[in-house]
Amino acid sequence: MGKPQPILSSLEAKDYKSAVKPIWCPGCGHFGIESALFRALAHLGLPPEQVAVISGIGCSSRLPAYTECYGFHGIHGRALPMATGLKLARPDLTVVVASGDGDAFSIGGNHFIHACRRNVDMTCIVMDNEVYGMTKGQPSPTTPPNWDCKIAPGGTGVSPFSPLMVALASGAGFIARGFSGDRNGIAKMLVEAIRYPGFALLQVLSPCVTFRPEEKDWRLQVHPSELPTTANWAEATRRLAADDGMTTGIFYKAELPLYPATVMEPIDQLNAIETELTL
Amino acid sequence: MTTLVTLEELLAYAQTMEEEAVERYQELTDLMEVHHQKEIAQLFRTMAQIESKHVDKVAGLAADRDLPHLAPWEHQWLDADSPESVPIGQERYQMSPQQALLLVLGCEERARDFYQSVVDSSPDPAIRQMAAEFAEEERQHAQLLRDWLARLPPDAGKKAGRVDLDEPLAQD
Repeated sequence: MGKPQPILSSLEAKDYKSAVKPIWCPGCGHFGIESALFRALAHLGLPPEQVAVISGIGCSSRLPAYTECYGFHGIHGRALPMATGLKLARPDLTVVVASGDGDAFSIGGNHFIHACRRNVDMTCIVMDNEVYGMTKGQPSPTTPPNWDCKIAPGGTGVSPFSPLMVALASGAGFIARGFSGDRNGIAKMLVEAIRYPGFALLQVLSPCVTFRPEEKDWRLQVHPSELPTTANWAEATRRLAADDGMTTGIFYKAELPLYPATVMEPIDQLNAIETELTL
Repeated sequence: MTTLVTLEELLAYAQTMEEEAVERYQELTDLMEVHHQKEIAQLFRTMAQIESKHVDKVAGLAADRDLPHLAPWEHQWLDADSPESVPIGQERYQMSPQQALLLVLGCEERARDFYQSVVDSSPDPAIRQMAAEFAEEERQHAQLLRDWLARLPPDAGKKAGRVDLDEPLAQD
């Protein structure tokens, strides 16, 4: 299956936006990610009906409703297995997963690890705000240990999950981090991620202005990587081990064996589908 | 400093800037409607309508020209984003009219600065002239917004500190 190539498309970012008005909080970083995704898809010239956005549960996971692409707002932590099934059944589709730090790294943590090692061709965007926002502000796997909140006075005291290190150790071949305030930077990374033939992870630091207002300062803290993307696993490991968590860029990109697509005869007649579905 | 070498390039930048401003204002209009901030939603709707006219104006100027196609990240803006769009993360749930107008004013001022940077750096007199006209338009818009701000009631800014009736609460 050929990867999308850059074309002079007549599609514009607004062509991917649905009529559903987002209910994200004003100031939420997720708006920047939504906008970046639409810009990337428009740049690639991918018609909305050739793209599927799959999500689990959480603020991030509302994204499928906000796009004209096909979408599936699934169950908590299960965006990756659903996307895997879709991509194997419909390898012609461009599959994008929209997830959050709780959905991807906690409830869906096991699926995350195995999606990294399985290497099915899809792009996984994790909108990381280091908090469970939809349920009103509980610590997530990426929350700093000393974040003081009512449910964890003084902080959880638990070391935060390192998504990119875990992804690298689990076998992911494309690992990147962006910042929601830099829509064009994310769009550029998304274009590369979607073109990448395999599982591409893009963690996007996305401030939750409601429950983690201090994250507004991320704008001042993020900084682009000064090093070029590496295909060397050991080098990527060293870089990520030394990273402060606020570096943006594509850290690792390597050619890895792709999980084989399911070989099945196309079912193109309605009666054949009905026969298949007969209980 | 943004150095542009053809009129087509300048028009392509102007087109992107105005279109992205419209999209962002429409997004903010929807957002404020969802959160029942009708007054602020109306302000952003008005701005989207005004910027739409600018999109049409640029389209008219570009009618007989082939504009270059630039990827979003290929634009050399002065900041990461196009200057006339309200930056991601700047809007607030209970922003006052004054705060909203200040956001819009910032957009117009950044747009003016962008065009001025083209005036200052372009080697082509025709580009400098068109950019100077655009910069002057943005300067006039900024002045109009300052006039609006001056006409706001004295207590308009105080709404910024009003009590949030739906304050975020952690689960107890």
